[in-house]
Amino acid sequence: MSCRMSYAGLLAGAAGAIACAATDAAAHGFAGPRFFPATVATDDPFVADELALPTFAWFKDDGDVRTTTYSVGFAKRITSNFALEFSGAYVQQRPPGGTTVDGFDNFSLGAKYQISVNPVRETIFSIGIDADLGGTGTKRIGAERFSTIAPTFFFGKGFGDMFERTSMLRAFALTGSIGVAIPTEARTPDGLGGFEDNPNVLQLGLALEYSLPYLQSQVRNIGLGVPFDRLIFVTELSLDAPLDRGGGKTTGTINPGLLWAGQYVQLSAEAIIPWNRGSGHAVGILAQLHFYIDDLFPASLGRPVFGGRS
Amino acid sequence: MRKILLLAAMIFAFAAPGKAEAHAFLLKSIPAVGATVKASDMLRLEFSEGVELAFSGIDVSSGAGSAVATKNVRFNGADHKVLLADLPPLLPGTYRVKWHAVSVDTHRTEGDFSFTVKP
Repeated sequence: MSCRMSYAGLLAGAAGAIACAATDAAAHGFAGPRFFPATVATDDPFVADELALPTFAWFKDDGDVRTTTYSVGFAKRITSNFALEFSGAYVQQRPPGGTTVDGFDNFSLGAKYQISVNPVRETIFSIGIDADLGGTGTKRIGAERFSTIAPTFFFGKGFGDMFERTSMLRAFALTGSIGVAIPTEARTPDGLGGFEDNPNVLQLGLALEYSLPYLQSQVRNIGLGVPFDRLIFVTELSLDAPLDRGGGKTTGTINPGLLWAGQYVQLSAEAIIPWNRGSGHAVGILAQLHFYIDDLFPASLGRPVFGGRS
Repeated sequence: MRKILLLAAMIFAFAAPGKAEAHAFLLKSIPAVGATVKASDMLRLEFSEGVELAFSGIDVSSGAGSAVATKNVRFNGADHKVLLADLPPLLPGTYRVKWHAVSVDTHRTEGDFSFTVKP
C-alpha cells in the first residue's frame, strides 16, 4: 500500500517503506496449477479474502532509530475479481539515547481489481489504488497530516510453461508491482518554521519465489514430507524512487526468507536488508501470520459479497 | 496493540461459524510425479482435502498426445481425499496426467504432471 510516504518527516530512507509495506493485506491465489502465496514486504496481484495478523517488523534506519511495528491487514472480496483492503500499524520508535515514542501510523484503504488470469501461462494482471489517510495516525511518530494516493499495476508469472516439463526451474515464479505514490499536498510545514516538500514516489516491488509444493506436484516428487512440502523460498525487493521535489535517492530493502503455506494459514519470516546506506544500517526481521479467510470460512466471510465464490 | 486485537476479534465475530475446508492440493501420486516406473495399471492421486467426485476428473495422454482411456475413476473406499483410476496396459514412453479437483467446499484446483514407463 502507499503508506511508504507516511514517515517522511521523521524517518529517513526506507524505514517507512519497510514498516508500511508490512501492513499490506497481500493476497494468495491460483493461476492454473500455480499457487501464489501472499508475499509480505510487497503487495501481490491477487484479490482474496484474508487477514494478516500480526505482521511484525524490526529494523534500524539510517538515523539508527530502532523501529518495531505490529501491523494488521484485511482484504475482502466484493466480487470474485474485486476486493477492498484495510491496513494499519502500531509503531514503536526508539532513537539512540532517547525515549521510546509510539502510536498508530496512518490507516490505509485500498481497492484492487483482477484484470485477467491465464491458467496455461500461469499469469495474472491486476490494477489497484491505495490511500493512506492523512491525519488518522499519531503525530508524534511522524504520521503525516496529508494523504497519499497510489495507483498501482500488479503482475504475476509462474515459470511452468517456460521450461521443459522435467525442468526444476519450472518451480520459479515472479510477482511484482509498479505504482506512483502521489501526496495530496506537495508542500507542508515542517514544524520548525519552514516547509517540507513531499515528492511523488515511484514504488517498485518484486518477489521471486521457488515453490516446493509446485515442484513436488507438477515437476518431480523429491520425497519431501510435512512440513517441508509446503515451503516456498522467496526474495522480495521493495524500492522507493522519489521522482521530483528534491526527494533524494532511491531507497529500499531486499527481503530473503521463507513462507510456509498451510491449508488455512501462512507463516512467513524474512530478513530486511537495506538496499543502500540511505536505507538503513542493520539487518532487520519481518514475520507474519496470515489467515486464508476464504478457506477458513468458505460459506460466510470467505466468499465474495456478490457473485458467489470463486 | 489492543486496538489491533480488538479489530481481529470483531472480524471473526462477524464470520458465521462453519466447517473449515480448503483448496485440494495434490500431495502424492502413484506413479509419482516425474517418476520412471516399470508398469502401472492404476493411477492414485492423494489430495490434502476431500474432493467431489462428480466435479473432479483425470485425463491421461501419451507423449504423442493421444488420449489414454482411464476407467472407473473412484474414491479409495470411504477416503474422499484419494482418487483412483484404472489404466490400460501402457507401452514404454512418457505419459501426462491432467487432473482437476473440486474440494467439498467448491474450491477448484488443477494440475498436471508426467511419468515415464520404461521398457
